[in-house]
Amino acid sequence: MIDVRTAITQAHQGEWARVVASLTRRFGDLDIAEEAAAEAFATAVERWPADGVPPNPGAWLTTTANRKAIDRIRRESKRDDKQKEARMWLDDDPPPSPGVIDDERLRLIFTCCHPALAMESRVALTLRMLGGLTVPEIARAFLVQEAAMGQRITRAKSKIKAARIPYRVPSAEDLPVRLDGVLAVLFLVFNEGYLATGPDTQPVRVDLTTEAIRLTRLIRTLMPRDGEVAGLLALMLLIEARRTARMSATGELVTLDEQDRGSWDAALITEGHRLVRERLASGVPPGRYQILAAINAVHTSAPDARDTDWSQVVALYDQLVRLDASPIVALNRAVAVAELDGPAVALAAVDRLEDRLGVYREYHATRADLLRRLGRSSLSRAAYDHAIELPGNAAQTAYLVRRRDQLG
Amino acid sequence: MQYLISVINESSDLATEDEQAAIDVFNERVIAEGNWVFAGGLAGPGSATVVDNRGANALVTDGPFVETKEYIVGFWVFEAPDLDAALKLAADGSKACNRKVEVRPFL
Repeated sequence: MIDVRTAITQAHQGEWARVVASLTRRFGDLDIAEEAAAEAFATAVERWPADGVPPNPGAWLTTTANRKAIDRIRRESKRDDKQKEARMWLDDDPPPSPGVIDDERLRLIFTCCHPALAMESRVALTLRMLGGLTVPEIARAFLVQEAAMGQRITRAKSKIKAARIPYRVPSAEDLPVRLDGVLAVLFLVFNEGYLATGPDTQPVRVDLTTEAIRLTRLIRTLMPRDGEVAGLLALMLLIEARRTARMSATGELVTLDEQDRGSWDAALITEGHRLVRERLASGVPPGRYQILAAINAVHTSAPDARDTDWSQVVALYDQLVRLDASPIVALNRAVAVAELDGPAVALAAVDRLEDRLGVYREYHATRADLLRRLGRSSLSRAAYDHAIELPGNAAQTAYLVRRRDQLG
Repeated sequence: MQYLISVINESSDLATEDEQAAIDVFNERVIAEGNWVFAGGLAGPGSATVVDNRGANALVTDGPFVETKEYIVGFWVFEAPDLDAALKLAADGSKACNRKVEVRPFL
């Protein structure tokens, strides 16, 4: 017999977004959809242990949630007909253009990640509506008071309704830009999990990385031919594969060259490499996530840090710089250049970024490391001190402190 | 669904000839496509007068109700099916008048 609790967890992971999406489509209201979905899952928790798990949990949940939504609308329509009318901006857009996949969950993603919403609202809405995380869970993840997070989500839902942010997959013409926005939200969630910013947070937030990967997998299922979706998924998998190796027993960050490569997750690496190869074979010029994934594929292909094909890494960064001229990309490129052309060349490149990156911890940490390798200890120490003073991840701070204290 | 597109600027300088020509072309297109409701330009905030008649007498005071560095110099009202359509119109309007705009839905 299937454990009922497992069945409920599975149904929640597999069906939450589908239930919310189909209710939003039917009732034209995120509030109703969210509440009815939550009620349906609560009912499952109550009833399944006694009645048994239904043969088709997804259908059971959708039916139950629909009934809950209709009950609520009936209750409210008795109270206020006008309010009910306002809710019924039902879907009347034309069928999607050929080649654009239409899944209700995709509509939901594009609505939650609409550029007219603030980035923090997009993140919160996506985790709530697509991920099924509760408001307290999301509040904890971003170190925000529960009430404030609840309000953020409520405000975002009100704006969607008042400004009539459409519930649909953007037209083929707008799709690339809008999809970029969706992927940016997912990458932000992943990064916050991977390198949590607060000094008092857990340095790695597995809940967030897991959720980001799950949602990216979902988009990959819905848009299997999109290169950047595949690229972002590969990137996340190749980073996630190194998660346990990245943190020492004492909670210190372990850099790539010092990681125990045997403890990397081989299955995730295989999957990531397969995605990268699939994109290479497509012959379509890669976007930034695909290039970042390829860089990570080079790293994860080397059995030992010394075997890394640095010329390949630098060539990929050159390609990335052409797409994204941001100073952070230039900084990461310099790290690879140090391996290929030596730390002096890299340091000269890094120093040119001071104006734009002087307030950024990574800049000083990179300089400190290059100066250390050049034997310029006192300058290196000053750079470590500067890096440590700047706010950042707690495990990284521990690593920087150790490195500084090892200087002669 | 109607949207107010406010044109925002730091000065009340009138549109240049080129800008005015671009605005005219844009307006004609919006009218032809059926999204037009209303539009207008506004005199500078220095010409504003505030009236408050919530009390016993109408209180008239000089000046805008709030001093800001940027203010509304004109507006369009568009009819559009949803925010995406309104944002597209707003983007073209911003380009035509060469100023920032704010999109706000009517209730």
